[in-house]
Amino acid sequence: MEDAFVFTVLTANATVRVATPLILCAMAGLFSERAGIIDIGLEGKMLGAAFISASVAAVTGSVWLALGAGIALAICLALLHGFACITHNGNHVVSGVAINIMVSGLTVVLGIAWFQRGGQTPSVGPDARFMPITLPFADVLRDVPLLGTLYSGFLSGHNLLVYIAFSAVFATWWVVYRTRFGLRLRAVGENPQAVDTAGISVAWLRYRAVLIGGLLTGIAGTYLAIAQNAGFVQNMSAGQGYIALAAMIFGKWRPVPALGACLMFGLLDAVAIRLQGVVVPGIGEIPVQLIQALPYILTVVLLAGFIGKAVAPKAIGVPYVKEA
Amino acid sequence: MKPASVFLASAILLVASAAVSAADLRPAVVFDMGGKFDKSFNQGVNDGVLKFNKETGVKHREFVITNPTQREQAIRKMAQRGSDIILGVGFAQSSAIEKVAKEFPNTKFAIIDGYVVAPNVQSLLFKEHEGSFLVGMLAAMASKSGKIGFIGGMDIPLIRRFACGYEKGAKYVSSKIDVIQNMTGTTPSAWSDPSRGAELTRGQFGQGVDVVFAAAGGTGVGVYQAAKDAGKLAIGTDSNQNYLQPGTMLTSMLKRVDVAAYTTFMEARSGTWKAGIKVFGLKEGGIDWALDENNKALISGDMKAQVDAAKADIIAGRIMVHDYMSDKSCK
Repeated sequence: MEDAFVFTVLTANATVRVATPLILCAMAGLFSERAGIIDIGLEGKMLGAAFISASVAAVTGSVWLALGAGIALAICLALLHGFACITHNGNHVVSGVAINIMVSGLTVVLGIAWFQRGGQTPSVGPDARFMPITLPFADVLRDVPLLGTLYSGFLSGHNLLVYIAFSAVFATWWVVYRTRFGLRLRAVGENPQAVDTAGISVAWLRYRAVLIGGLLTGIAGTYLAIAQNAGFVQNMSAGQGYIALAAMIFGKWRPVPALGACLMFGLLDAVAIRLQGVVVPGIGEIPVQLIQALPYILTVVLLAGFIGKAVAPKAIGVPYVKEA
Repeated sequence: MKPASVFLASAILLVASAAVSAADLRPAVVFDMGGKFDKSFNQGVNDGVLKFNKETGVKHREFVITNPTQREQAIRKMAQRGSDIILGVGFAQSSAIEKVAKEFPNTKFAIIDGYVVAPNVQSLLFKEHEGSFLVGMLAAMASKSGKIGFIGGMDIPLIRRFACGYEKGAKYVSSKIDVIQNMTGTTPSAWSDPSRGAELTRGQFGQGVDVVFAAAGGTGVGVYQAAKDAGKLAIGTDSNQNYLQPGTMLTSMLKRVDVAAYTTFMEARSGTWKAGIKVFGLKEGGIDWALDENNKALISGDMKAQVDAAKADIIAGRIMVHDYMSDKSCK
């Protein structure tokens, strides 16, 4: 019993660690797509932010400068995307893919030029990373059965960016459903003509949406580079931006279901890691290949059987052109 | 951006190669992705080549490829410019070497970590299982929990060979030791996924492991970091990685690619070079384990004595370390 409980807590912690960048990216994508801008460049923005924050952390040793630099770069890339798609009515997917390709090449080239480590950045020490935070009383409550373990073992002991990611979900929910800005944001993704008729700038609304997306992906990239890891390795985002996009669509472009989808992907990954080489009674050792395929198989099953139809915002991917 | 930098690099290469004197041997090296300052594989080769330069005064040509399509082009260019011996770095260049070697039968080729059968190609291979055996012994002796871990990169036979040697070494010390093995993935991205490496490591620590050996390229960085964060021990691979996390790096298994590069050039110069397979093991000094000021405190005199004894036994043939590649199993 005690073992099973400890195993559950360990797995839950791993889930949270793996899901954090997904959650941040999914919320970023949600803002952007709710405003009608397809955001396939999540991956590139996150990777770029990871590289810059790792570089700044390695050079200056300051986590805050690193976080700032990561966010700044992701916002620049988001503005580039906005400039192509909003100002010049470009194709959203082409622009997003271009950002992904550009960043994946440029980070390696700059990494080799700056640090000469084959595209890696030097690993940074604990002072230049977001380290786990112990919540108040966690040490005192550690010995209290169940609830104490839950509090000190699960709720406490994550780094700041993890807490930010979870707060971001509820902030997103509040902004999108409870504010005037959110109402207009949703409207501009469904029916930009109506928003324009009401005398509100479609372009400015959409720009604000991609900027928020840039901010969140910047935090996600910083998390990858100097919280989860201690440096940049080429292509370290490893497709997580796309998984976040999928999670957001799973959640039907709504914050809380999207969080659920991110946690599900995180959980499957965490379980897959922990099941490797474990002998299941009666079956024997499960082949590694099956374990690694498990998240994808379950995704297909869930998508086909349980999620139902996901309807995208109506005006998504359609450039808004005022009638002449 | 990329094509431009390639042209620039080629231009610089052209100018540099014009300055090479034609009297002596004309060796060439084609480094693989990662570059010659990668603190690992390519850098090891570079060290060996520089040592050769220094001792003989012979200059070499070199090229660092930045994407896979350049491998064949670079090797062919080196051959066309009249290099006497061309050294390819890494398994990935095997097929390119095989192709170009056919086109230039009078040029000598050597490939590190790859196996190419041709009358003018020397395959430089390593007995990774022997080194893994020694670090497996160290891991078993350093472990307090009786459980040790292995994190592989991409699931290929070469990495299974590391895993098998490691397990045999640990069992040699104590038959009761538990070895938990994980592979990072089944695609090349498994070589550069430190997040997943760190997660796997934490998973193993959760199962009671207290020493972990990573044979996983860039993924290893995450493994060493996770070990550092948890205050447990890790073992590096290929080059001496002890300095990456001083205090929690138990040791590193050394693959002396510098020795291989140096040897093949020296042989080509002295005329003793022969095509075929050339294997580097403990005996040839091509495999070893690292002991320096960063891990001195972690290796007791007794541990060192036992490992040195086993090393002598392997060299003398008294211990035969099973090679996974010989029968694709680790019995």
